[in-house]
Order: sequence, then structure tokens, then C-alpha cells
Amino acid sequence: MATATVEDLTEVTAPNRFWDRRRRLGAALVLLGLVAAAVFGAVAASETARFTLSENAEGAALSINGQFGAILFGIVTIAAGVTLLAGVARKWQTTLLGIGIVGFVLSFLCWQVAGKFLPLVDTASGTLELALPLILGALAGVLGERSGVVNVAIEGQFLMGAFFGALIGTMATSVWTGLISAAIGGLLIAAMLAVLAIRFLVDQVVVGIVLNLFALGVTGFLYERLMQPDAQTYNTPPQMPSWRIPGLADVPVIGPVLFDTNLLVWLALILVVAVHFGLSRTRWGLRTRAVGEHPTAADTVGIRVRGLRYLNVLVGGLIAGAGGAYFTLVATGSFTKNMTSGAGFIALAALIFGRWTPFGAFGAALFFGFAQKLATYLSAVGSPVPSQFLNMLPYLATIIAVAGLVGRVRAPAADGQPYIKS
Amino acid sequence: MTTDDAVKATEAPPPPDRRTTESRSFLRHFLYLIWSANTVVVTVLSVVLAMIIGAILIIVSDADVLATFAYFTARPSDALTGSWDVVSAAYADLFKGSIADPEAVTAWLNGTGTWQAVFTPISETLTYAAPLVFTGLSVALAFRGGLFNIGGQGQAVIGCITAAVAGFALPLPVVIHVLVALLAGLVGGALWGFIPGILKARTGAHEVITTIMLNYTAGLFLTWLILQNGVQDPNRTDAISKTVDSSAQLASFGGALRVNLGIVLAVLVTAAIAWLLSRSAFGFEVRAVGANPAAAKTAGISVAKTYTLLMVVAGALAGLGGATQVLGTAHALTPAVAGNIGFDGLLVALLGRNRPWGTLLAAILFGALRAGGNRMQSFSGISLELVTVLQALIVIFIAAPALVKTIFHLRAARAARLGASMAKGW
Repeated sequence: MATATVEDLTEVTAPNRFWDRRRRLGAALVLLGLVAAAVFGAVAASETARFTLSENAEGAALSINGQFGAILFGIVTIAAGVTLLAGVARKWQTTLLGIGIVGFVLSFLCWQVAGKFLPLVDTASGTLELALPLILGALAGVLGERSGVVNVAIEGQFLMGAFFGALIGTMATSVWTGLISAAIGGLLIAAMLAVLAIRFLVDQVVVGIVLNLFALGVTGFLYERLMQPDAQTYNTPPQMPSWRIPGLADVPVIGPVLFDTNLLVWLALILVVAVHFGLSRTRWGLRTRAVGEHPTAADTVGIRVRGLRYLNVLVGGLIAGAGGAYFTLVATGSFTKNMTSGAGFIALAALIFGRWTPFGAFGAALFFGFAQKLATYLSAVGSPVPSQFLNMLPYLATIIAVAGLVGRVRAPAADGQPYIKS
Repeated sequence: MTTDDAVKATEAPPPPDRRTTESRSFLRHFLYLIWSANTVVVTVLSVVLAMIIGAILIIVSDADVLATFAYFTARPSDALTGSWDVVSAAYADLFKGSIADPEAVTAWLNGTGTWQAVFTPISETLTYAAPLVFTGLSVALAFRGGLFNIGGQGQAVIGCITAAVAGFALPLPVVIHVLVALLAGLVGGALWGFIPGILKARTGAHEVITTIMLNYTAGLFLTWLILQNGVQDPNRTDAISKTVDSSAQLASFGGALRVNLGIVLAVLVTAAIAWLLSRSAFGFEVRAVGANPAAAKTAGISVAKTYTLLMVVAGALAGLGGATQVLGTAHALTPAVAGNIGFDGLLVALLGRNRPWGTLLAAILFGALRAGGNRMQSFSGISLELVTVLQALIVIFIAAPALVKTIFHLRAARAARLGASMAKGW
């Protein structure tokens, strides 16, 4: 792995130094908490912040004084940081980190929402919806990268999926045909990635970037040639229906979010669990991980390295293509040029931020989806915080994570290295 | 470059039998040499292959021509002439828009046209090529040091911002203003390149990940900045900044022609980078680190310092590309001011085999495709996106020489020189 070599070379990682991960996390949380309590607390209006459980402003709500809340949750973050600094058992560290971050976010919300209201159901369902393509894209990445094939082409798979979903969905006037063809669109890009990276040993990052441009060009070209002149025949895909499960959908907040939604959301949630289970509990998962960490050893015991990599990248392509269907069959009713606008790279960020694990990627995708949802909410209520800076959050968080400033993420050892059978 | 050696080891066929080669006729021997896959042959074949696939896309997306294929077996001539007409018209426009329009040349010779009309296609080509030279050099230089700079886009965006702000905010005299604005673009790009460089050197954070993330951060920063007071054009409500002072714009050569000093600067910088790589101590360190970091460290080269400095220089180059774009042609900031020059630079560097002069030629080819694409769009009604497809396909074939060799059954003679790929992962 390239990263390891650089570390060895630049003599920076001395073992057992004083500022280890726990202390750095603690210090970072204390700093964040101080910012929250002092800055957010100072500028927050001393008015009631209402987090409503229903759609309208008057319904049942959790309410708190904005200024008090900002300071209170800032202090919670500081407390979590101090506890980390003081030293706790390893198993509590992640929990404390979570508490600290949640405290910071709540403090920020109290400042922003003071004197206004934030509909919780809308926020939660919006978060899940924005996170939906990210989850599917990141899962595709997990499959490829855990078996050692870097997938930078998620963006291209999204675009191809979105395009095929719209085109075939319209021509067949069936949303399910659209969904399947979207998956096949993703599969096309994945197949090109797999053949070029595994068979022809081209640098996987290069292939990924070039395939993104290829997908952008092909979909843009066909959009202008086919869809723009005759949108009625080619670009009015049917929309995915929302299904309501009686009973469960009446549970407050969670009900409308999880049980009154479209199939794609359930598909994504099931896939997260399935990939996690598959990777950690099945023969296929063990082999995938072996191929991604040490292909030579895997080959020695009789695992077909290239075959497994082909399989995983192609299945990933199907999943990412289905994620692309979100853009045309769920979010909007038509395809437009470059409509994914970088979502594939946010999915890549979620994959890396989630440490190449299904649940990690899921959590990261939700977090990034929440940031995006919050950005739209804040610009709608005219907040002084520019939405662009909230949209930067996924990228900055990923840089911080890979730089090891807070914790450290580690890619599968053989990620990106083609396997040449000797 | 362990992979390249491995490719050689696995893909190189056994040396050709000497007796059979000698017994061939002269012509066959000549063809054999052509066929034995040198860099130029693979490049030409890649372009040809890409254009064939492009032609198929044009035919498939043309409803009228497609209709003639329905009765292909009954009257194949309709389908064939129809396909030929639409494809040849498109590619003829590609040529006329980028190199020379025969009509304009004859008009000039007859005395009815102007010389500007004759040189407009070349001028357009060079105008589009200039920024790509810089971003291409940025990627190529980093490649030679073993770093994969995907951040050319972000660095170019920041270069655009700093150059444009220096261009409209500073009251300076004529020559100095443009120099200061270029310098501002250079420094902006260098700063944006410094971040992944120092992170790589200090923490080992992979530059591919950090530069991808910084690309989008820069883009979002630009969309925010444009709308701020003092930057946004006070007479406009949409996202566009004030116009760069005329004293800070790169002067163009002749009246109607758009080509400007940017391309001259690009050639000078290419020469400078060629000198830097092959003649300077820093260039030697870069190549040593790129070839084998562990050996370079043993030889006393500070790998961390080289990585940081290399990313700063690469960022500065991309920033200069952004500055050329905004001072040469755009003259004001918009959310899409940098276009796609960063990612195109990546393709240009791959096409130029990471060599400075090769990168310059590749940039001119890409500029020509772009300039011709504009004419193709307005005259033949074929979307400019076809150019993106062509560019991506060319680079796919270049990056996978084994693929071209398989398609054309080329002999893998000098495979090592074709291996533009690095294959090292995160």
C-alpha cells in the first residue's frame, strides 16, 4: 500500500507518542465544544427553538430556549472531550466521540432554529432521501475496494444509471423496467472499469476518472441528440411510487420516514445489512477480504482472484446504477446533463470516511445527507451561514479523516493494485 | 513502476524469429516495423478508434439515418450513404473549425476574404489549448515524482479566483498589472497544491483522495465568493464577478482573433518545465523519488520535502492555467469559469506520456478537438459532448496500450514506453 510506504519514509509516526488518537480526539472535542458554547451561545437569540414533530409549525414539538440550548449542548461536547482526555476504556471512546459530535450539531441547531421551527419529520426523510444515492454508491465502492479494485467511477455509474433509467423507463412506460435498466447502465461502466483495470492492468484511478468523463460525454451527447428534441418520447420517466405500510407508518417521526417511502430506500437499507453480513459472515466475504488484503496468499489457497474481483465490481455496478435511478425516477422527473453534479464523489467520500465498511459508509452517507438537507433548510430560512460551506462538509471531513487528524482510516492493503498471476 | 515491468514480463511476446523477418519482402518488413507498436502508432490508432466509435454514436443518434437501416437488406445504399453523409459532414466541420476552412482560404486568395478568417480556426485551437498546457504540465510533473495530482481542477479554480480578484481589485499600470495578476493565480494554485502536499508528507494521506475532495471544496468556495459584495458585478443579479481591468487582460494578437499571449506563456513554461525536469537538481530529485522513494531516501533525498515542493509547483502550474483562462478569455468569474480544464489536463498529461513537450502537443490536439467541436455543434448540430466522448476514448486507448494491441494485433515491441499508467492504488 502506497500510504504505508510514505509513512515509513517520512518518519512521522513514532509509536506511543503523547498525542495519540484518544488525546487528539478529546482535544478536538473540547475545542469544538468551546466554539459551540462561546460563539454559538453568544450569537444565538434568546428565543424558543421548536423542533416540530408534525409538518406544520403549531403541532407537537420539542422546544428549548435557543441560547440556553446552544450553551448547554456546547458544554455536553466539552464534557465528552474532557472525559476522553482523562482516559476511558477503549470501548467507550467511539460512544463519547458520537456524543460530542451530536452535542456540537445540536448546539449549532439551537443557534440556527432559535425563534423559528425545524420540522423533524421533513428533515429526517429529506436526509434519508439525499443519502439514498450516497448509500448505494458507497456500497458499490465497498464491494469493489474490499476486493482490491479502486472505484472512482461511481459518478459515471450514477450518470449512466440515471440516463438509462430515464430513457428505458420512458420508452417502456414502466418504472421497474427503468430501475432494472438503470442498474444495467451502471453495470456497463463497471464492466469497462473491470476489464480495463483487471484484464488490461490500467491504473484504476486513471480509468475511473476517464470513465466519468466518458459517461458525462455519452449521456450528454445522447441527451442533446435524443431527449432534448423529443422529451415526450424519451425523457418523461414514470416516478417510483411511495408505498405505505399500514400501522407501522403511524409511528411518530420514524413511521413516515421509513414506512411511507419508495422501494429504493428499503432496497438500500437491506443491501447495507446484506453486504455487511456477507462480508463478515460468509465464504464469499472472507474470500473478498482476502483478495483485497493479500491476493497472492488468496491465490495460493485456490481462490480465483481475478474472477472474484470481476464479480464484485460488476455487482457494485448494478448497485451504483440503481443509485443512479434515484436521480431520474425518484428525485426529479427527467434526465438533464451532468445531473449528478459530484454526488458520486460524495459517495466516494462516504466510503472512505466510513472506513471501507458497509455500516460505516451508511453512517457517513446519512451524515452527509443531513449536512445537505440542513444546507437547503438554512438557505430557506435565510440563515447567515452560507449553504456552500455546509456542502463542503463531506469533503473537509474526509480530508481530516484520511490525514489522521482525528483517528485514521486505512484502505484494504491491495486496494488499487492489479493482480498478475505468476 | 513495478506494474510496467510486470506488464512487460507477462505481455511481451517471444522475440520474432530472425529468419522469418529477413526472408520477408521489403514492404512486409516496413509494415512490420509500423505494426510493432511504437508510441506514435498507438496514439494515431487510438485517435482513429475513438473517431470510429464517435461515428457510430453519431449514426445511432440520428433518427433519419437510423430509419434507413430498417430496410438495410432491401436497399443498403440508402443506409450507407446516409451514414457517410452525416459522419463526414460532422468530421469535416471538426477539421474546418480547428485547422483551416478551405472556403476561407480560397476567399482570401481571391481577395474577397480577410487573413483573419483564414487563421480563426488555428486561433481558436490555440486559445483552448493554452490553459490545458498548464494543467497538463501540472499533472505530468507530479506524475514524474510519483504523485497523482487529480487536484488540477481545484488548483485552477483557486488560480482563477486569485488572478481575477487581482485583475479587478488592484489599480496598477499596464504591464505590471497583468504580471501581478498572473503571479496571483500562480500563488493561489500553489497554496491549494501545498495542502495535499504537506498532508502527504506529514501524515501519508493519499493525494488522490485529498485532491479530489479539494476540487469540490474549491468549486463551492467559488460559487460562494462570486455572490459576495465587492466581487459580484454590481450591475448584475446573477452569479458573475466584476470584469478584469483591460490592463490585466492577456493581450490578443490581432483584432478578431481570440488567441492571446497565454499560448506564448504556455510554450515558455513548457520549456522551463522541460529544463527543470532534466537539468535541475530539483528535477533530478523528483525523478529519483518518482522512480523509487526508498532508494531516493537512502541516497539522502528528503522524500517529504520533495513531495511537498512538487505539489506546490504542480499547484502553481494549474493555478497559472486558471489565470490564463480568466485573464485571456473569460475576463470575469462565473461558477463554470474554469470549465473542465483540470480534468482535461489529466487526460492531456496521459496523452503526452507525462513529458513536457508531449503534453504541449496533446494540449494542442485537445484544443483542436474543442475548437472543431464548437463548429460541429453550430454547423452540423452535433452536440459538443461528442468531443468529451472522443477525448475520453482516446485516453482510454492510450492508457491501455494492451487493449489497442489486442484490437490491432500489434507486436508489443516497446511496451514500456507506452505504459502511461501507474497502478499503485490509494
